[in-house]
Amino acid sequence: MTTPTAVALEDAKVAFRLGDGRVYTAVEKAHLAVAQGEFVAIVGPTGCGKSTLLNVAAGLLKPAAGSVRIFDRPLTGLNQDAGYLFQADALFPWKTALDNVAIGLEIKGTPRTQALPQAQKWLTSVGLGAFAGRYPHMLSGGQRKRVALAQVLIRDPKILLMDEPFGPLDAQTRQVMGNLLLDLWNADRKAVLFVTHDLEEAIALADRVVIMSAGPSSRIIGDWRVSLPRPRDIFEVRLDKEFHALHREIWSVLKDEVMKGYAQSTHAVEAV
Amino acid sequence: MSRPTLFALQVLVAVVCIVLWQVLSTVPVFGKILLPPFFFSNPFDVFSQIVKWFASGVIWKHLGITLAESILAFVIGSLGGVLVGFWFARQPLVAAVFDPYVKMVNALPRVVLAPIFALWLGLGIWSKVALGVTLVFFIVFFNVYQGVKEVSRTVLDNGRMLGMSERQLMQHVYWPSALSWMFSSLHTSVGFAVVGAVVGEYLGSAAGLGYLIQQAEGVFDVAGVFAGMFVLSAFVILIDFGVTLVERRLLVWRPTALDGRG
Repeated sequence: MTTPTAVALEDAKVAFRLGDGRVYTAVEKAHLAVAQGEFVAIVGPTGCGKSTLLNVAAGLLKPAAGSVRIFDRPLTGLNQDAGYLFQADALFPWKTALDNVAIGLEIKGTPRTQALPQAQKWLTSVGLGAFAGRYPHMLSGGQRKRVALAQVLIRDPKILLMDEPFGPLDAQTRQVMGNLLLDLWNADRKAVLFVTHDLEEAIALADRVVIMSAGPSSRIIGDWRVSLPRPRDIFEVRLDKEFHALHREIWSVLKDEVMKGYAQSTHAVEAV
Repeated sequence: MSRPTLFALQVLVAVVCIVLWQVLSTVPVFGKILLPPFFFSNPFDVFSQIVKWFASGVIWKHLGITLAESILAFVIGSLGGVLVGFWFARQPLVAAVFDPYVKMVNALPRVVLAPIFALWLGLGIWSKVALGVTLVFFIVFFNVYQGVKEVSRTVLDNGRMLGMSERQLMQHVYWPSALSWMFSSLHTSVGFAVVGAVVGEYLGSAAGLGYLIQQAEGVFDVAGVFAGMFVLSAFVILIDFGVTLVERRLLVWRPTALDGRG
């Protein structure tokens, strides 16, 4: 029995028209497949278009060429099978934590009386059971991410798209959030596409690590399988010998791209 | 500073001002009264005028009329502002077409419209309401327009990815955002509703606080003018206090609504 691929980007190219009429190619010929139940991390230097690629998978952006297939069906409009965790704060500031989570169900037509207890259950499972009545501005950055995670997961999406979700958090909170994510993911193993600039985070979390070259016209230049055993503990796995070997191997490729990306971004500033 | 101390200091300012006013308008300094009673009256006369108004009950009718005009102006102006603001923000073409006219009308000092409104709507309350509406409408309109336009891109994308339809986006994203902008200008728009009413009354009417002040001025009754001003200030402060209560209730989710007031 063959299971359909959850997300398949085939030669996807993403281009933007700049203000002065020139065309900027962000991503060139991206080929990427995420199997059902697979956790794939995309790593690349700043400005390489990894978030762009994620937005294409979400249907927020249309590729200029190539195709996007979700469970073997071409994607039209927004990807309704996917839950998206944003890097920036995306909670509704005028709703309490509980209402923010419940809205995911209410949109689908679940009556409020049924949505609220479920939302409370999800808040509890992300460790915020006691914070249901708080508004987002009364929560810390890490707590807001937990609410956002619950908001996405309550809809039970088949695919999780995550755009540097823990980027704005401090190092310790990131690790705690990483473990929380792995715990929740372990329960039903959704397909995950996780964008980050942090290679250690990528290896610790994912089944596969995909490396992108520096932009513009960035490409996927490497694809590694991470065979560290699951379930993993992010704190422990970093001490593993295999983890170090893999990190060294991937970093040798990534380093050049990071330097290139850095050089380009400083040149671009000088040119302006 | 503790609350009682602050309050004591605030009262002290009022006491000093009133005492200075009373002394300078009744006791000659170097053989000359610095604040001639004809132009400045004195606190005692002003106070007795206010007492007389309240004792005889005439003031209630005027206060009631001004309040009614302000409320009508606020409600009609806000409704119009919300509807048009929403419409313009969701239809950029409409907004672009009307843009120069909106700017033109908004640039016009609204006082010059008072005579026209008096001509069209008579000297009753509706000409004052109309003047207030022209003031309130633009404040609410600009805020709602801004509120709908400046919905955070991420929050909007999040709503879409959660599967919201256009109607649900309206209900859960655009509407609360626009309302929050509107409420943040609540003090200003309520204040302008009162301004519209009072200025309208002042320029031509048969009742209201503006009318009271204008009548006193007509007969050089300076005490009456000041008394009218004080009643008006107290009236505005009371309304403003009410607005603050409403705002605290409606904007609990906003950090500034709570933290701004210690």
